Amino acid sequence: MNLTFKNKEITGILTVLPSKEVRFEDEMENYPFSVETSLKLKTIMGFEKRRIVEDGVCASDLCIFGLSYLFDNKLLNKEDIDALILVTQTPDYIVPPTSNIIQGRFGLKEDMICMDINQGCTGFVLGLMQAFLLLDQESIHKVVLMNADVLSRKVSRKDRNSNPLIGDGASITIVERSEINNMIYANIKMDGKRAFAIHIPAGGARKPSCPETAIVEMDDIGNMRSQDNLVMKGDEVFLFAQKDVPPMIVSLLDFSNQTKDMVDYFMFHQPNKFMLNKLADKLGIPRDKMPSNVVENLGNSSGVSIPISMTYNLGNRLINERLNLCLAGFGAGLNWASMILEVGNLNFNGMIFF
Amino acid sequence: MKNLKEEVLKTLNDILPEHDFTLDVNFIKEGMIDSFDLVLLVSELDKKFGISIDGENIVPENFSSLNQMVELLINNGAGK
Repeated sequence: MNLTFKNKEITGILTVLPSKEVRFEDEMENYPFSVETSLKLKTIMGFEKRRIVEDGVCASDLCIFGLSYLFDNKLLNKEDIDALILVTQTPDYIVPPTSNIIQGRFGLKEDMICMDINQGCTGFVLGLMQAFLLLDQESIHKVVLMNADVLSRKVSRKDRNSNPLIGDGASITIVERSEINNMIYANIKMDGKRAFAIHIPAGGARKPSCPETAIVEMDDIGNMRSQDNLVMKGDEVFLFAQKDVPPMIVSLLDFSNQTKDMVDYFMFHQPNKFMLNKLADKLGIPRDKMPSNVVENLGNSSGVSIPISMTYNLGNRLINERLNLCLAGFGAGLNWASMILEVGNLNFNGMIFF
Repeated sequence: MKNLKEEVLKTLNDILPEHDFTLDVNFIKEGMIDSFDLVLLVSELDKKFGISIDGENIVPENFSSLNQMVELLINNGAGK
């Protein structure tokens, strides 16, 4: 589905990363690989180091920490927030919405919208789409889009498919109407037939968590996990990304009447380095225009990986200039979405540590 | 073709010395190659032949035998 948005823009990004850093080499013994194989995979897949929260830290804790920073540094006024969107797969509770908890924590005004969206790796692009749609309302001037996940708490330490890569984090993106007469192009696709390619079997109403769901078992390739843990069918997800993402980008470029050369950076979700390099090669995009260093140095933090990449890789550049970016997210759902937009002259674009 | 096959066999032996890839069996069905082995293998073959094997082609059936792998390499520009 193709979408366009007019006169909207990102005016600031803050990412919040956990202080705790885990190095792959300290965890290698958890996986059934030889040391030699592990070290080769480290380079190819980008298993270097990742940031994860301490036990008990929730998505809202990271968001509240980031919002406090913005309020304290006068980068955002509480009274100006007309909508608070939280995109997460790890809400604090099933009920109430975590965005309401955050609203209440800061005593934000009642005359606003709080909205939780359950999305994974597509969550930043989809969250931006939702923010742009809200801004079409006359009474909404400023939307605070929060992406936050603490999926490390749902991943088995002995699951080689997920654990070496998983990271936690949050981002706070300010989205407003723009004075600039700009056009934003996007597309999004979803396929629920492949919904269980990435899932957590227990913990919802279908199968509530209980002592039985916490029993750790070995799967057919030697991973140890319980039904309370994230399951990622790596082969299926890899093939999905290779098959469905490139045509989406080609189609978006065509829809926006742009060429690859007109895009300064392809800021894609970062599941692992190997997958991203293959996508770059297939699309004929130089690898340095599609950063893959976030997953390598900070971990794959699901829907937060794109904004983290924007702060980590483009920091001050997005404050001092405007760049034409192509964003792409793909993952749980299975969903895939992309967007071409100009981003720049931001009021802030930084990273803080929780 | 013969050289490609020899190179593939050499790469397999380097990565997975515990298996005999001269056997006429399905490497995947016999559990000789798993998905992480594929990553290592593709990465080595890419480097060796100066190509980038299309991600869509990185499926187990293309790695089930030496001949399949040779065909995969040819389809992805190796040996040109």
